[in-house]
This record gives sequence, C-alpha cells and structure tokens, in this order.
Amino acid sequence: MPATQSVQPRVTSTFVPTREYGVLGKNIFGTGFDFDIDLRLGAGAFVCGEETALMTSIEGNRGEPRPRPPFPAEKGLFQKPTILNNVETYANIPQIILNGAEWFAGMGTEKSKGTKVFALGGKIKHTGLVEVPMGTTLRTVIEEIGGGIPNGKKFKAAQTGGPSGGCISPENYDVPIDYDNLIAIGSMMGSGGLIVMDEDNCMVDIAKFFLEFTVDESCGKCTPCRIGTKRMYEMLDKITKGQATLEDLDKLEELCYYIKANSLCGLGQTAPNPVLSTLKNFRNEYEAHVIDKKCPAGVCKDLLMFSISFDKCVGCGLCAKNCPVGAISQGTEIAPGKKKAAYVIDTTKCVKCGACMDNCRLKAITKG
Amino acid sequence: MADMINVKINGIAVSVPKGTTVLEAAHQAGVDIPTFCYMKEINEIGACRICMVEINEGRGFRMVASCVYPLNFDNSEVRTNSPKVLDSRKKTLELILSTHDKKCLSCVRSGNCELQSLCNEMGIEDENAYAGEKPEYEIDNSAVHMYRDNNKCILCRRCTAVCSKWQGIGVIGANERGFKTNIGSAFEMGLGSTSCVSCGQCIAVCPVGALSEKDFTNQVFAAIADETKTVIVQTAPAVRAALGEEFGYEIGTNVEGKMAAALRRLGFDKVFDTDWAADLTIMEEATEFVDRFTNGGVLPLITSCSPGWVKYCEHYFPNMTENLSSCKSPHQMQGAVIKTYLAEKMGLDPKNIVVVSIMPCTAKKFECQRDNEAAAGVPDVDYVLTTRELARMIKRAGLKFTALPDEDFDNPLGLSSGAGDIFGVTGGVMEAALRTAYCWLSGKNEEVVEFHEGRGTDGIKRSTVNINGTEIKVAVASGLANAKELLTRVQNGEEKVDFIEIMGCPGGCVNGGGQPQQPASVRLFTDLRSERAKALYSEDAAKTLRLSHLNKDVQALYDEYLEKPGSHKAHELLHTTYVKRTIN
Repeated sequence: MPATQSVQPRVTSTFVPTREYGVLGKNIFGTGFDFDIDLRLGAGAFVCGEETALMTSIEGNRGEPRPRPPFPAEKGLFQKPTILNNVETYANIPQIILNGAEWFAGMGTEKSKGTKVFALGGKIKHTGLVEVPMGTTLRTVIEEIGGGIPNGKKFKAAQTGGPSGGCISPENYDVPIDYDNLIAIGSMMGSGGLIVMDEDNCMVDIAKFFLEFTVDESCGKCTPCRIGTKRMYEMLDKITKGQATLEDLDKLEELCYYIKANSLCGLGQTAPNPVLSTLKNFRNEYEAHVIDKKCPAGVCKDLLMFSISFDKCVGCGLCAKNCPVGAISQGTEIAPGKKKAAYVIDTTKCVKCGACMDNCRLKAITKG
Repeated sequence: MADMINVKINGIAVSVPKGTTVLEAAHQAGVDIPTFCYMKEINEIGACRICMVEINEGRGFRMVASCVYPLNFDNSEVRTNSPKVLDSRKKTLELILSTHDKKCLSCVRSGNCELQSLCNEMGIEDENAYAGEKPEYEIDNSAVHMYRDNNKCILCRRCTAVCSKWQGIGVIGANERGFKTNIGSAFEMGLGSTSCVSCGQCIAVCPVGALSEKDFTNQVFAAIADETKTVIVQTAPAVRAALGEEFGYEIGTNVEGKMAAALRRLGFDKVFDTDWAADLTIMEEATEFVDRFTNGGVLPLITSCSPGWVKYCEHYFPNMTENLSSCKSPHQMQGAVIKTYLAEKMGLDPKNIVVVSIMPCTAKKFECQRDNEAAAGVPDVDYVLTTRELARMIKRAGLKFTALPDEDFDNPLGLSSGAGDIFGVTGGVMEAALRTAYCWLSGKNEEVVEFHEGRGTDGIKRSTVNINGTEIKVAVASGLANAKELLTRVQNGEEKVDFIEIMGCPGGCVNGGGQPQQPASVRLFTDLRSERAKALYSEDAAKTLRLSHLNKDVQALYDEYLEKPGSHKAHELLHTTYVKRTIN
C-alpha cells in the first residue's frame, strides 16, 4: 500500500509486534498460509490515487494510469491479480470484524452502508474530520455538526469529492448524502472532501480554482486531460476577466463533455465536474461575468471597481494611508456638511486589493 | 480454437476470437480506425485517444479506446464513425494542434505526416480552434545522427516504447508532467550525452516531424556541383528493398535498377553497390572466424556490420568488445577501397574523392566519423544519407522515378553475389558467411548451401552447423533487446556459441532507422521486416553468383592489391578498433 511520509512510522511500527504474534509473515497460526505487508512511499502525486497509476508507481515507473481492462483483479501490480482499496475502507474492516457485518450494515442507506468520513472545510465554524452515517443530509453536517456558516452568511453551495467533485446547490441541502445521490446531483463522494461556500464565493472562481489543481496534477499521458483541462482553465480565466462571450460558454461546456468521455483515467474523466456542476447550478453567475462583465460575489478582481461615496466620505484619509499603490488622493470639492474634501480612487492605478474598503470606518467604499 | 464471438462494427457483422481488440475487429470488417500511440505489444498505452469509438455491450453506448479495448461479449455493437466519435476525434486533433507548431510547409514530414493527413481526413477547419498557451522547446541537436524538435511532438510515445522495448536501451522518456510533459533524456541531458546508439528506430516510428535524421542532402548536392571533386556513391542492400515505397511502389518491391539510374542522373560520378563490399566483408570475416575458431581466439565472434549494435556493445557490454569482429562495416570497407585501390587505379587524389553512402541506417552517420575509419588518411566515407534522404534528393531534382529505366551499377565495385545482397536482412550475414565457410571447409568451392535456420523475423535464432564433421554453434539476433538477452546468457556461461550475427534493428537493415516511414495504418497490419526481406531473398535466388568468394572483382582486389584475406594490408585498410564506453 502507498503511504505518505508522516504516517509511515506509525504504520510500520505495528508490523513488528504483529509479526511477533504470528498474524503476519510465514505460516500464519501454523496454517501454512503466508501473508505479509510491505509499506511503500509514494511521491505525492494526486493521480497516484487512481488505482492503475498507483500500481505503475509502485512498480517503479512514472505514476501514470494504464487502460482497463485488464482490471487490477485480473492483472494488476506486476501483472498479478491485485485488490486496491482506500485507507478508509481498510480502517472499517477491524470494526466490522469486531462488531459484525449486521452492525455495520445497520447504518447508512440501502445502497451505501456504514459511515463516511468527511473533511469539512471552507465557510464553516468547525472545520475538521467528521464521521457520519451514510444518508446524513448536508444540512445536518453543516448546521449541526459544523456549527453553521460564520458571520450569518447564507449557504450558497457545497463542493464534495475533492477537486473532481461537483458543487451542490441549496436546493439539494436536504438530500441524504450517499454514493448514488451524490452522482445524481452532479457530484461524487470521491475523497470525502466537503467544502462549504457562502454568498461571498464566486462560483466561476471556485471552478477555476479546482481546475487549476487538476491541470497541475494531470499526469500528461492522454491528450484530453493533458491539453483539454489546460484549455478549460484558460477559458475560465477568460470568463473571470470579463473577456469571454456566450459562444465561449458553449465551447467550454462542449469541451467538458468531450474530456469526460475521452480521458484515459478517472482524473480526466471527472476533472470537468466542478465546471459542469456550476454551469448547471449557477449559470446565472457565469452569464453575469460574460454578459454584464460583473462578478456578483465581488471576487473576480478584473471585474471589480472600487469607488468612494462622495456623500459618505469625511476625508479622514485612512484609505489613502492604507493604499499600497498610492491610487487614492484627496479631491478638491467639499460635500455639504463636511469639513474636508472627499477622497477619490484613480482606477488606472488601483490593484483592487480591498485594503481601502477594509479600513474605512464609515463604509464609504464600495466595490462592484 | 479460441471462443468466437459475434459483434457488429458499424452494423457489419463480424466473428472474432474473444478478446480481439475493437481495432482489429474493425480492420476485419473493412473499417480503418486511426491511431497515433498504438503499437501492438510495444505501446499498448491507450494514451492519444484518437482511436476512441462508441461501444454498447448491453448497457448503452460509451466511448472506449479501440486499440486496447478487448471484445469479450457476444452482440456488442461498435460505432467507429458516429457523429459523437467523429466530433471527439476532431477535438482531440484540435487540442493536439493547439500545442503543435503547425509549420507544415517547412516540415520534413509534410506529405508523409500522420497528423497532417488525419487532420485532412477529419476535415479540420480551424487549426487554432483551441489556441492557448503553447510550450516552446529548444531543438535537441546534440546527437550526431538526428535532432528532436518537441515543438512538433504529439506525445504518442512510440519513440520511447521502441527505444526501451525493441532496443532495450531507454535513453528517452517523459520529462515533467501534465501540460509540460515532454520527451527527452534524463535530467534534460541532450541525446548526444546519453548512451543512445544512433539506431534511429525512434525516427522510423515517429508519426510526425519531431524526430528526423540530420540531413546532408544539400552538402551532397554541393559536392556533386563541385567540379574538383569526384563524387562516388554506394548503396546498401536494404535501400533497394524500400526506396520504392517513397515513390508509390508496393512494400517489398526491389527498385535496384531505377535507383542506379536515379543516382547517375543526380550526377554521381560512379554508382557502386555496397553489396560488393559485403562480399569483401565475408572474405575478411570468414577468415577471421576460421582463424579464431582453429587457433583458440576469442569466441564467440560477433559481426560488426551494424554500427548501432557496435555502439551498443561498447556502452552496454564493454567487456565483449574483444568478441566483435575487427572488420569495418561493408560501406566503410568500400570507402576505404575507393580511396586507396580505386584512387590509385583511376589516378585520383583521395582528398578529391567524396564518398557518399546511401544507407537504411542512421547509426552509419555516427560510424563514418569514428576513429580508425580513414584508410587513406581521409575519412573512408564523407557523407551517409538515409534511404529517406536519397528519396528527397530524387524528388528535389525532379526525377520521375517510376519512369526511369533500369540500369546497372558501375564496375569494378558494383558486382555482387546473392550472399552480399542478403546482408540487409537478419540472418543474412550469417548465411553469407556460412555459405563461404561451407565451401572452404568442404572443398566444394562452388556449391551453394542455403542456411534457412537463420531466416525469418524471430528475434533470436540458433543453430548448429555441421561442416565436414566440424560443429559450429551459431546464433542470430536482431533488435538490441534480443541481443541483450542472448549476450547475457553467453556472458553468464548459460549458452555456448561460436559465431553470432547481431543487427541493431529488429529484422535487420531492411527495417533500419533510415528507411521510409510507414504510417501506423500500414505498420499495424503489415510486417515491414518480412515484406522487405523478400525483395532481397528473391534477388539472391535469381542470381547465378551466390557466393561471396566467387566475386571476381573481390578476387581481383586481393590479387592486385591486398594479397589475401586477413593480410597485413587488408588489416590496415579493412579493419578497425573499438572503445569501451559507459552507460548514460
């Protein structure tokens, strides 16, 4: 099995006593059956989570997937029949042995038994690993276990399954989460990641964020993933900069379906998920970027314009002091009832960092 | 017999053994599916995704890579040209084009490029459909024989597969990953710094213009135009068996006569045949073998005609260089004879002779620059051109190849035996040597005995030959991975052999790295090695002169100049030395 460096000593330390007890090694409990475990370190490539890439890597080659069939159960590691499972699956086995299969099957939904560990993150009060029975709703996980979204913000979406998963919209907040339901609503269980987003998140930006990861982690073996994901990323970048047209949106969607259908392994086949799910559930946000050249969540910098309200500004100058590029200066006109002239932003110099807005006590600065 | 299953390809019913790939079944149904990366048993990686088809095995249609997808279920339905398939294929091409330099007009492969022709077939309308960031690569010019231009590479990895699997070398592989993936050597070393043996198999299988030999056609045109130079050309046996492919002839057509005519019309002063020097090689090498065999010399004796193999031996089996025959390769011998014996006969200063070798080989570009390959104090051979370069010269000069008459080689260095002709195919050198050895040892000086055990495309062939009660164990290997397997056994004492023929390229020179490039659509279903070999075996069979030692022009060389095979003078002119190299 592959492992990351941090857990290696902990895992290998269990081998020695296990061998001493005769549970591992030659002639286990005198049965004549030999079984042993060898721990191999991976180099950390994301694609090596794909089973065939993992085996190729263990064989000492570049971590690249290979076509299936043959499936690992027929011809796997070193061309021998091989089973591959996630650590989580193996971790369930002792509990199932101790408590019985019925106990395990007593939890969860009809087709997804047992429990699931989620890595809860994003806009949530309590982040971390949580284990819940299969079939728990997003609402329960986010509001009851995660303590809800901070600062009274509204739930906008949850992204499950890691970078290859999809974004779930509020309308599915109460769908019981299991393998089948997640796929039905355009996402997946994947790595068990669960990232919560609120109204301040731009969904185009989120899709671009995940794509950047898959572009980085593509092994480069097959054409659709190697070049296609890069082109997807470039199209998303164009959208977030307000340079895209509606035709580009169609082209992006077409490319997504092409990459899903034609990629060699799961990485490429699922890489378009964040884009497809956001295009489906948050198309209006994409259109706002494309048609109105606006980012509704105020995230995409190229589409932002900071301005100081002439009526609200009292001329304190805090914004100008905090501006890192000297884009803010005091005007000459004094508003009625004010003692000092209001400040103004030179948009040609502004880098849209938001420091002025954060430092204005009167909320006189807006972006949009 | 394997279980047969019935499937439908585009509605056409075919019956195939269970496990047959979709690609093969489609071929049986008369349907071509394009491929880039796929090479049977060599590169079954399903990476390029150009061969994607739709398949329904009872659960609805989905896309699979036809080159590696086995048909296991009765009644499976395959669509190879549905709108979805064609659209996917087009997108894959458009994506490839977005990272390709698209400089077709100045590309050596224009007109013979698998990417170019598929783009044409698929009706690509906009080569910039997916324009975006494009990686830029420096051209690797560091090797003597070739260059790599990754700006044209489509990452099919055929080159890396043949380098590691056919040749057992593996000096090239993928560097970086994802969008930055590129093919090169470890630690970004130039190919010239590695233990690449210059075999050129990577070039022969490259579908595009990313890999090509270093082209010396302009230098040769210039030499021909230089009136102070006598420019003499010689052609290796395998060239005539493949040159026709460049002019529309069927694979395996022998175009010796038209080739000689073309060379004369290109302006070469003399048109000689390296087959002549193949006969000369037999005289020297057979003498060397008999000497080593009877006087307890280093055995097995291993042939040295293949410079790719020689360089491989120097890098990977340096302690076996003593086993290599000290004979120069035939074209080097011929160059040496031209610049000494012939120069004297013709009253020419060897400095004013330019010898051009037309070879199926890229390693010979390396070989002609080696030390101890300069009998007259100047290089034995000045330029080595591949079969492909010769085709380029013929096209550039506007010669209508198919309309040329059949002409003969010039003499005295144009006469050859059938034994010399078969030097171009695996087992041929061994057979030629054994024919002569048989005659010498049996005293039946003119009896032709064919040695069929050495023929065929098997990677390693072994035989024990009994000549007048003397048993000689012989072995033949082609492709360096096979050579490695054989030599490892010999080195470990697991196998005793007296005489080994090794050719660097699988199937021998007919399948050399300098031969015309055939697209995947041809390679996948035609064995180039055996088809081209037929051309040489039939030339041999049709000749009355089939024994090297009976070549009267070779005999004349010994009578007039070298005295006898293996003489001191023969050694000075026709033999060379080797070095021990490291693995990089």
